[in-house]
Amino acid sequence: MQAQVFVKMENICKTFGNVKANDRINFDVHQGEIHALLGENGAGKSTLMNMLSGIYKPDSGSIQIHGKEVVFNTPKDSIEMGIGMIHQHYRLVEVQTAKENILLGRKGPFFMKGAHVSKDIREIGEKFGLPVDPEKKVYDMSIGEKQAVEILKVLYQGADILIMDEPTAVLTPQETRKLFAILRNMAAQGCAVIIITHKLHEVMEISDRVTVLRKGTTVGTLATKDTNPKALTDLMVGKTVDLAISRPPVERGRVLLEVKDLCAYDMDKVEVLRDISFKLHAGEVLGVAGVAGSGQKELCESIAGLYPVASGQILYEGESLVGNSPRDIIKKGISMSFIPEDRLGMGLVASMDMVDNFLLKEHHNQKGLWLKRKPIAEKCAEIIRRLEIKTPGVHHPVKQLSGGNIQKVLIGREIETNPHVLITAYAVRGLDIGASHTIYDLINEQKEKGVAILFIGEDLDVLLELCDRIMVLSEGAVTGIVRGDKATKEELGLLMAGEDLGMEVAQ
Amino acid sequence: MIRMAKQGNMTGRKAAAIRVTAILLAFLASSLFIRILGHNPLAVYGSMLVGAFGSPMRIRDTLTVAIPLTLTSIGILVAFKMKFWNIGAEGQILMGAFAASMVAYNLGNLSRWVVLPLMFLAGFVGGGLWALLPAWLKMKWNTNETIITLMLNYIAIKWITFLQYGPWRDPASMGFPKMPNFASGAIVPKLFGIQAGFLVAILFVVLAHYFMHHSKGGYEVAVVGESVDTARYAGMNVKKIVLTALVISGGISGIVGMLEASGVNHTLNASISAGYGFTAIITTWLSGLKPLVVLPVSILFAAMTKGGGYIQTVYQIPQAAAQVLQSMILFFVIGSEFFVQYKLVFQRKKSPNPQEGGQ
Repeated sequence: MQAQVFVKMENICKTFGNVKANDRINFDVHQGEIHALLGENGAGKSTLMNMLSGIYKPDSGSIQIHGKEVVFNTPKDSIEMGIGMIHQHYRLVEVQTAKENILLGRKGPFFMKGAHVSKDIREIGEKFGLPVDPEKKVYDMSIGEKQAVEILKVLYQGADILIMDEPTAVLTPQETRKLFAILRNMAAQGCAVIIITHKLHEVMEISDRVTVLRKGTTVGTLATKDTNPKALTDLMVGKTVDLAISRPPVERGRVLLEVKDLCAYDMDKVEVLRDISFKLHAGEVLGVAGVAGSGQKELCESIAGLYPVASGQILYEGESLVGNSPRDIIKKGISMSFIPEDRLGMGLVASMDMVDNFLLKEHHNQKGLWLKRKPIAEKCAEIIRRLEIKTPGVHHPVKQLSGGNIQKVLIGREIETNPHVLITAYAVRGLDIGASHTIYDLINEQKEKGVAILFIGEDLDVLLELCDRIMVLSEGAVTGIVRGDKATKEELGLLMAGEDLGMEVAQ
Repeated sequence: MIRMAKQGNMTGRKAAAIRVTAILLAFLASSLFIRILGHNPLAVYGSMLVGAFGSPMRIRDTLTVAIPLTLTSIGILVAFKMKFWNIGAEGQILMGAFAASMVAYNLGNLSRWVVLPLMFLAGFVGGGLWALLPAWLKMKWNTNETIITLMLNYIAIKWITFLQYGPWRDPASMGFPKMPNFASGAIVPKLFGIQAGFLVAILFVVLAHYFMHHSKGGYEVAVVGESVDTARYAGMNVKKIVLTALVISGGISGIVGMLEASGVNHTLNASISAGYGFTAIITTWLSGLKPLVVLPVSILFAAMTKGGGYIQTVYQIPQAAAQVLQSMILFFVIGSEFFVQYKLVFQRKKSPNPQEGGQ
């Protein structure tokens, strides 16, 4: 029996300024299937889905839903046609209950009929295997529960076409498995599920068919069982790539950075770092794994002098750094570089050019009242050559560069100072495969030079391949430090979920 | 259907062309208004030009207004560059004038070469401290600087009024609430018939240009304005930078107060700031926060003020008509920012109703 076609998008084009985000894209989804939309960052996945959910309007092309031609002027039109989109960053009101969030923005009587709505929500939840307590406040929920509320919300709106944008980015492997079970259940109940991702193993595990986008065009739609990760990558990148990340063996040196019993609190006096202790050696890459928000950001910023430390010690070659501002740390001649997660919000000044961004660190070392831009411009030109940064010139605002090139500017500036300790937070977030590998190579190059590297990562496969040791954080505490070549993804997942495996701490 | 789309390639020249077009459109829209009042727009604009630049005396009058506008704009610019919305220049002008007047009333009989530099310094300190207060409050308790600087204007006005009616009232004024005139040593001399303060204004435009674009201090101010997190990350002392920049910002406005009291009014009263503190917000914004552009924009606004006064007498049009023109220009230029960021795309295709497609 031919499955019913739920979504059919034909010859979709969408242009932003000079950029063709979507160029004659064809895409269709059937009832009861899980369809993966795969592509690198900037391939046009989100643009395409935003048109399906009524956020953007296509410049040309047609969209058919349940066999009827439609034009969406607002997201509301799309919702009425049974399309529900779940964004990567949840859009829930924290202080409200699950039920209130689900009813938010919906038409209905002035007073909510509490009891019977709760019953409906429970019924839908049971049908799809989504255990949600309608009366629970969102701020009391785990990430997985919040996601369940988001899904229930669109199901309650009557959606039978579900779009999920990178749903596993914030989940542990165990939570991911639960989510996949729910998605399979939904497909079995006759929904169509579209999952946007760039993680190949997820495509292989969950999807029935996969559509690959590259540079705004459809490269092809394949049945998942007829393909493999290697073939998909080649399609995605457009050339044959070597997926392996190397881990050059380097003789480990002395301890450069030691953190002892570090504790910190956020503005609401909630403990964000709990008794963190570890040693970082010269010539090693120490990975940090953990679900988003497990204290990674606070740990990096504490070491860099940007976050107030409540107790504990941070020792750089035996010298305490606690209580020092970033400026003090620079002045002490401690060469430590921190590549923050928020590149344009913290590491770089978005509207300024490359030269002025290099001045951020450099101007402290210049003497006198006036800035000397010329030597910096020469240095920038050299870094553009060495790191193959694609930019019209050193005086081009950095925000107009692509994500990979922005990251290269930031890393280029930091390694230019010849640091002994390098801290990188989510160094490859938002980068495509090619750019990511360039960054891994740069990190390995620094490791071979004897730099001690703290690498905050999110992709467990990358952490396992690149890092010598991996420290796992859960709710601000270290749940284990394992060897990169010995550990498994399952172990990391359990540690991320906060389970004590009683494992020996890898030294 | 009309849609918005992000501008792809916006060059500096294109953006400038859009802004100039906006000013021309503002004149066009104002023409309509003048026409409705029953006058010939071209003749009225011509008269405004005559009123502003028609004779050496009128040119001097126009420049006398341009001086405080330019200087105040430079002061505001330093704060705005940091995204510190200092709308308290009016109060900073008055407090600068107050501090300078204190010197004038107490040491006015000394040599001009001693008194004027002291008044200059006092003006800077008075305005600077008045601006330091909201900056300090913001750093300490994260207060809203827009509200605080605005409220401080009124405190400054009331304070000067109090002095005028109370302790500083001129005993020789026969009960009229006015403060004594400055001694001759406390009066800024004239050069080419204009108060010599224009030299100060030009000096500060040049200084501000080099400070903002080529000094470490100006660079730090710009970074703090873009992102406090980045400034902290780069090891900058954000608190010190904000406080220093605000002292400079308010201090320059304070100098305006000194020049207006000493060079124009020869006394202190609550109206010497004459709204410059507010008009300068507009000129600062129109200059795109570029010190060198501040000068022509301020002269343009001074000319509109003077020209507006002139058409009032010639055509019996209320001076408010000139203010309408000023507002039009502001409205159009700010509106034109939309076209610098976005362009409109017109779609010819009729879009069918999605409800019809459904069911």
